[in-house]
Amino acid sequence: MLRLNEKNQSFKESLRHLPDRDGHFGPYGGRFVAETLMGPVEELRAAYERYRRDADFQAELKRDLRDFVGRPSPLYLAERLSSQCKGARIYLKREDLNHTGAHKINNALGQALLAKRMGKTRLIAETGAGQHGVATATVAARFGFECVVYMGTEDMQRQAINVYRMRLLGAKVVPVTSGSRTLKDALNEAMRDWVTHVDNTFYIIGTVAGPHPYPMMVRDFHVCIGEETRGQILSAEGRLPSALIACVGGGSNAIGLFHAFLDDPVKLYGVEAGGAGLHTGKHAASLSGGRPGVLHGNRTYLLEDDAGQIRETHSISAGLDYPGVGPEHAWLKDIGRVIYDTMTDTQALQAFHALTRSEGIMPALESSHALAYAMQLAPAMQRDDIIIVNLSGRGDKDIQTVATHEGIEL
Amino acid sequence: MSRLAGVFAALKSNRRTALVPYITAGDPYNEATVPFMHALVEAGADVLELGVPFSDPIADGPVIQQACERALKHGTTLGDVLGMVKEFRSRDARTPVVLMGYLNPLEIFGTGKFAGAAAVAGVDGMLTVDMPPEEAEPFAGLLRAKDLDCIFLLAPTTTAARLKRICEAASGFVYYVSLKGVTGAVSLDVQAVRGRLTAIRRETRLPVGVGFGVRDAGSAAQLAGFSDAVIVGSAIVSRIAEHRGELADTLATVREFVHGLRLAMDVVQGGA
Repeated sequence: MLRLNEKNQSFKESLRHLPDRDGHFGPYGGRFVAETLMGPVEELRAAYERYRRDADFQAELKRDLRDFVGRPSPLYLAERLSSQCKGARIYLKREDLNHTGAHKINNALGQALLAKRMGKTRLIAETGAGQHGVATATVAARFGFECVVYMGTEDMQRQAINVYRMRLLGAKVVPVTSGSRTLKDALNEAMRDWVTHVDNTFYIIGTVAGPHPYPMMVRDFHVCIGEETRGQILSAEGRLPSALIACVGGGSNAIGLFHAFLDDPVKLYGVEAGGAGLHTGKHAASLSGGRPGVLHGNRTYLLEDDAGQIRETHSISAGLDYPGVGPEHAWLKDIGRVIYDTMTDTQALQAFHALTRSEGIMPALESSHALAYAMQLAPAMQRDDIIIVNLSGRGDKDIQTVATHEGIEL
Repeated sequence: MSRLAGVFAALKSNRRTALVPYITAGDPYNEATVPFMHALVEAGADVLELGVPFSDPIADGPVIQQACERALKHGTTLGDVLGMVKEFRSRDARTPVVLMGYLNPLEIFGTGKFAGAAAVAGVDGMLTVDMPPEEAEPFAGLLRAKDLDCIFLLAPTTTAARLKRICEAASGFVYYVSLKGVTGAVSLDVQAVRGRLTAIRRETRLPVGVGFGVRDAGSAAQLAGFSDAVIVGSAIVSRIAEHRGELADTLATVREFVHGLRLAMDVVQGGA
């Protein structure tokens, strides 16, 4: 369901100044970790506070974002897709063209540079679709860190190629067999590793969730997406877009795109994984179908049962298959600044094919959720309206999933 | 005086250290928990720590994670756990019971409702693993209002400033995590623990318990020499995990193991 006629809320104060000192976005975020993790989390907070203002750090990050990642990523006008939709013009922010094929590398690079400054020698990460694991393994190879990636056995099957890719890069991929054997369990396992090897280990969380400072720090490393987009659309069109759309699992690519526009008169849409449909319960839409609770170090919207146990989630896209969401999104939902909605597996697959055929760009299944939403939104808008979709990753990793879903054996 | 304070005062005057075994409620099934609690007391436990199962227990190692999974497989709820404490209390009014769990199931239940129901059931304290003092209000206040102790963890990585703050917020006892890691990990360094306890005692007059990584009678005995309580979890839970067939057999195994801990701790202290 599309909601075009939302009341035009105006916010007098900038929405770009959160979190507060202790990591709160309104009632969300914070640091809900065992005392065993408070030391490491505090050490990280202090280091990040220092280096985020450090000119040398920022210069090195900027240089590697350009020469290693390939930034800025282009903003591409999808002309044939737009004309098929018969409405607003659709631009794509091409994060799929980054090194390793997704936005995830922006954050992995930033945290790896921080790890280097902190004197850590070992990087660990959790991964769902494998994109964050690949990004972490990549920066580990780039800087010569030891690297261990935790991945649920369920996801290792779905994303076998990414598992091999991480191993080629020299990372050790540890299968996680606890719980639902997906992203949330990989995150649990990575936290256990961190608390055990805190002296030499840096934990690179892959999304804007976890205890403070992660939601803020991961966001900061992705804010370049929106800042570039803002400049690019202004020079291409001479004005701001009507709407931005991004998929939301944990929400890192979405916050990266949205943040630079939070104070602008631009509609923002976050699209969660509707799976088989919200009414079936088989989905991964924490904001649209969940309620506030505490998991993985922060207060945010969660998918849980009536006893407060975390529910298993479902999405065709492993990268959205997570029962929580970044706390900043929880806050943006409550204050009404971002509209969160869902697209189903089927709608995402349709969008995957549509973009592949109309533009010769194969989107990740995660990003396909945002595209599917854009394809519904565009026809209801005017021809001089502009929509920008964050094409957060490329779809090569999903070919096997798409084929299997359509009964094709490769 | 609270039940916890009373037990610790009595132990202190006898120069003995509290033995605090942990089990996960509902593991391997709900009806087994109260018999286990009584068996632990018979074997020499002074305080019981009862785990509230949670789907994502990130501070715990594989042994307790799997115990949570076994309990949740047949749907053990927080309400069930409170029922178990109530049933235990009908035969044992003396032994303090501390619940250990994660915040999310408590919040869904309702923190105010929980504090009231826990007090009525006969719970003595709550250790909410993923709730540091910074995030503890208003829940801690609700617990205090019902005379329930709010127990906090201290870790090897806890800074001096945090140590002070945690000791100010804590009541009942403080729980020192003896190693960098999760419950049930291996590398216990007794001398390092001894040094940290000295620092902790400068900040608080509360009893100081030590847990995580206490695997056997030997390590329990060493810690008993300088701590107020020795907390043993995974080593007991791993014995419950072996449960097949008759409950009486598993009860006997657990009783024997815990009794062994008790004897070893008492020998070191030259007591009883």
